[in-house]
Amino acid sequence: MIGEVLVECAHMSCAYNSTLAIKKIDFTIRKGDFVGIVGPSGSGKTTLLKAILGSIVPVEGHVTKKPHLRMGYVPQVETVDWNFPVTVLEVVAMTRSSTGRLPRVTKDERADALLVLERLGLGGLENRHIRELSGGQQQRVFVARALFHRPELLVLDEPTSGVDVRTRHEVLHLLADLHDEGVSIILSTHDLNGLAAHLPRLVCLNSEIIADGSPVEVLTPEVLEQTFGAPMEVLIHGGMPVVVDGVGADIAERMSRFG
Amino acid sequence: MSFVFAGLFTPFHYQFFNNGIIVATIAGALCGLLGVFVVLRGMSYIGHGLSHAVFGGAAASAVMNINYFVGAGVWGVASGVIIGRIARRRLIGADAAIGVVTTASFALGLALLNRYGQAKKSIEAVLFGSVLGVKTIDIVAVSAVAILSVVIVVALYRAFLFATFDPEVAQVSGVRVAWIEALLMGLLSLTILVTMRVIGTLLISALLVIPASVARMLTNSFARMLWISPIIGAVSAFTGMYLSYFLDTSASATIILTGTLMFIVVYAVTGLRGRTRISGLHHI
Repeated sequence: MIGEVLVECAHMSCAYNSTLAIKKIDFTIRKGDFVGIVGPSGSGKTTLLKAILGSIVPVEGHVTKKPHLRMGYVPQVETVDWNFPVTVLEVVAMTRSSTGRLPRVTKDERADALLVLERLGLGGLENRHIRELSGGQQQRVFVARALFHRPELLVLDEPTSGVDVRTRHEVLHLLADLHDEGVSIILSTHDLNGLAAHLPRLVCLNSEIIADGSPVEVLTPEVLEQTFGAPMEVLIHGGMPVVVDGVGADIAERMSRFG
Repeated sequence: MSFVFAGLFTPFHYQFFNNGIIVATIAGALCGLLGVFVVLRGMSYIGHGLSHAVFGGAAASAVMNINYFVGAGVWGVASGVIIGRIARRRLIGADAAIGVVTTASFALGLALLNRYGQAKKSIEAVLFGSVLGVKTIDIVAVSAVAILSVVIVVALYRAFLFATFDPEVAQVSGVRVAWIEALLMGLLSLTILVTMRVIGTLLISALLVIPASVARMLTNSFARMLWISPIIGAVSAFTGMYLSYFLDTSASATIILTGTLMFIVVYAVTGLRGRTRISGLHHI
């Protein structure tokens, strides 16, 4: 069954100053979607997410959202000021800033926040400073902040960037669980094998949408070369595509001399 | 012995000193409060620039015979909002743009006072502050801005916190970040306006930065910073002002030196923990 439309981008172009970051894309997110946006650096992935969130206004076309759509945003952890004086609880409660009137976190909000933290395996860490957490815990704190807003659509920018394999698995399992619970998800990622290949729907973006479909449909050598501008090979392992960097034979031969 | 003890209260026998110490103490607390946002947002340079911009407004209002608070106030708030926009949009190098806007305003003020003002005396008073010229209206003005700032910071605490920590996500979550930033810049401009006569243009940015930096070394909590920093600002202003009477030094310079001494002591006492906390502050 096709879910209701949450966000629709029609012929949308976005630009920074006079440089177009994305050009005339048509793209729809429906209830129940779990979409990954893949593409090289500078391909417009973050721009697309920001246009969906409303923090960038398209220069052409438009974004239509379901009325009163609640969205939660998890930014790249690299952009977070880890030295900022806030505790885990304060970070999570922030998303009620536009409605919360009291300076202190209320009893009900605290109870709600503790439930979310417990749900994400962060129970007991609410009074810790954010810098004192591990990489995986830090990522989950920001997911918790987004969830505290009870979003229908969760938007994540590079959720596995710069994290180790174990944290990547934790994030992937967490997102799968949230999706099972009915949260629609869109994320951007560079991680083709570790994350993108596991998602039900992938969009290859390089200023324009190159392909949109399941990983098996999208992760092909032709699409990947068109998207990333570099040759790549695709193997099928256990029914899932595995992307292999198509390093030229001469480079491989030169590298092998050091082996 | 009682003679020495009585001597300690000598400065309080003078009305000008009482007025000065009241304004300085409230100004210290006020700068400490807003300084928290200044240091956490990496806006120290903006605070510095804003005080120079307000100087232009003060000079223009003096020359044009307009009330100081009205003339410098409008000029200062407008400069603050423009600086905030420039810094946020990063249209051209923010530092360069702020440098040009504020130093141009400062230079204009200087030129106006040179050409039409009472020259040296009034320039020195604005640059370095003066306790002699403090009147009841200054006490009323600084108290009013302090009360307004406390009310706004408490009422919009969460929005201020979110917009300071993560403006982009705050915007997406419904916080009107541009409005919050304009409000903050407006309060900052008003603060500089009402404290400039005592502290002076050149040293006011130090009063914005030092108490908040000391508070940051002492705590890991944003909420606690918001009351520790004003206390440090008020204590350093009161102590500095008091000592300046006996040392026969400039009140504003003594206030800043007292604050600096507190900074050094806390830096030494908190050790690695304090240094780690403060290392993340931008542009300190």
